[in-house]
Amino acid sequence: MIDKRVASFKEAVADIPDGAVVMIGGFGSSGIPLKLIEALRQHGAKRLTIISNNAGVAEEGIASLLRDGLVSKIVCSFPRSAGSVWFEKRFEEGSVELELVPQGTLSERIRIAGAGIGGFLTPTGYGTRLAEGKETRVIDGKGYVLELPLPADYALVRAECGDPWGNLTYNTAGRNFNPMMASAARVTIVEVTSVVKVGDLDPERVVTPGIFVDRVVAEEMHHVEA
Amino acid sequence: MLRLNPEQMAERVAQDIPDGAYVNLGIGMPTKVSNYVSDDKQVIYHSENGILAVGPAPAPGEENPNLINAGKQYVTLLPGGCYFDNAESFAIMRGGHLDIAVLGAFQVSAKGDLANWATDNDKFPPAVGGAMDLAVGARKLFVLMRHTTREEEPKILDECTYPLTGTGVVRRIFTDLAVIDVTPDGLRVVELFGDNSFEEVQALTGARLLPPV
Repeated sequence: MIDKRVASFKEAVADIPDGAVVMIGGFGSSGIPLKLIEALRQHGAKRLTIISNNAGVAEEGIASLLRDGLVSKIVCSFPRSAGSVWFEKRFEEGSVELELVPQGTLSERIRIAGAGIGGFLTPTGYGTRLAEGKETRVIDGKGYVLELPLPADYALVRAECGDPWGNLTYNTAGRNFNPMMASAARVTIVEVTSVVKVGDLDPERVVTPGIFVDRVVAEEMHHVEA
Repeated sequence: MLRLNPEQMAERVAQDIPDGAYVNLGIGMPTKVSNYVSDDKQVIYHSENGILAVGPAPAPGEENPNLINAGKQYVTLLPGGCYFDNAESFAIMRGGHLDIAVLGAFQVSAKGDLANWATDNDKFPPAVGGAMDLAVGARKLFVLMRHTTREEEPKILDECTYPLTGTGVVRRIFTDLAVIDVTPDGLRVVELFGDNSFEEVQALTGARLLPPV
């Protein structure tokens, strides 16, 4: 019997150790697993490497992990936005290392990590500072940079609706990095708005197949049979 | 000299967006361009976070925090629009499926190199987002920027001094003074606003310009 539901956000993140590499879905305010991040903050694992498009704003989400000194490295495309005060403070004092990755390279590196591909050649960044030290190739007169997969120990994912098998749907642009991250981590933990019975999700609407998912936690736990 | 204001600059770019185009507008001033595309044209806007057919801002109270554009502003979806994940969104960019991208810039070189993601200030953390992917991927890259810095230093140069976003990627530059094309022969002025003279614009440019044909 497969039932990936976990009773609480606290329980869902309880085994994340110090030094873990953790992917966190989201783009700006959209599709962020805020309750899982808060549970991770309270859990208090240290020296985390965070992989995410942004570095959080104000006191919420990834910003709260940076504020509490739990992050030693962040892999990110757009860490600086209006209100990203904790990232800027930690960057300036030198306590957080930044690996800056162009956004499409970030999502593709995550995608191939989940797809078993050993690398890809992209024109993005060719001839720029972000390609320094990387292998390059010229194919049909066009320059490409070799980029490698970006896997993680854990992925924290935000979806709309899930079932006990871990099949997931998303809300509008809240999808963003979540489906790729779900496939690219050793352990994928999903925060959903609601859970329905196995068989109740329209299979044509499932974006993330449950095979990629290990744990599902609902904002409101309904008593749904597996 | 006539210096267009940002609204007028956006309006000028909008004239060069053809009917039926798939377009990505960068954050900041480029986002204003959609306000000036005339109603007789059907233009489909792409947002890097995974939207095609981005619609206008929602009515107050109708905002969905998940439904935002690249600039993190609330938007809507037009009928016929759709959502996709970030990897597919950037496949759309890199794969050459977008007709036009409009980006802001710190500097553009005579060869069409673009610098728009970092300055030479190492204390200031950089952020690149989707700019490098758009620069290499869009079929036509338009740059929308003031002709000079606030200190009147030229932003169009023989070589960019700031870190590059992409090399040889810019097709057309829309400034507050003129419209300039990047051509195999060099930078060709295609339009001077108001009574601005070629010589006046050349004097504020850090690379040799070719006069309008």
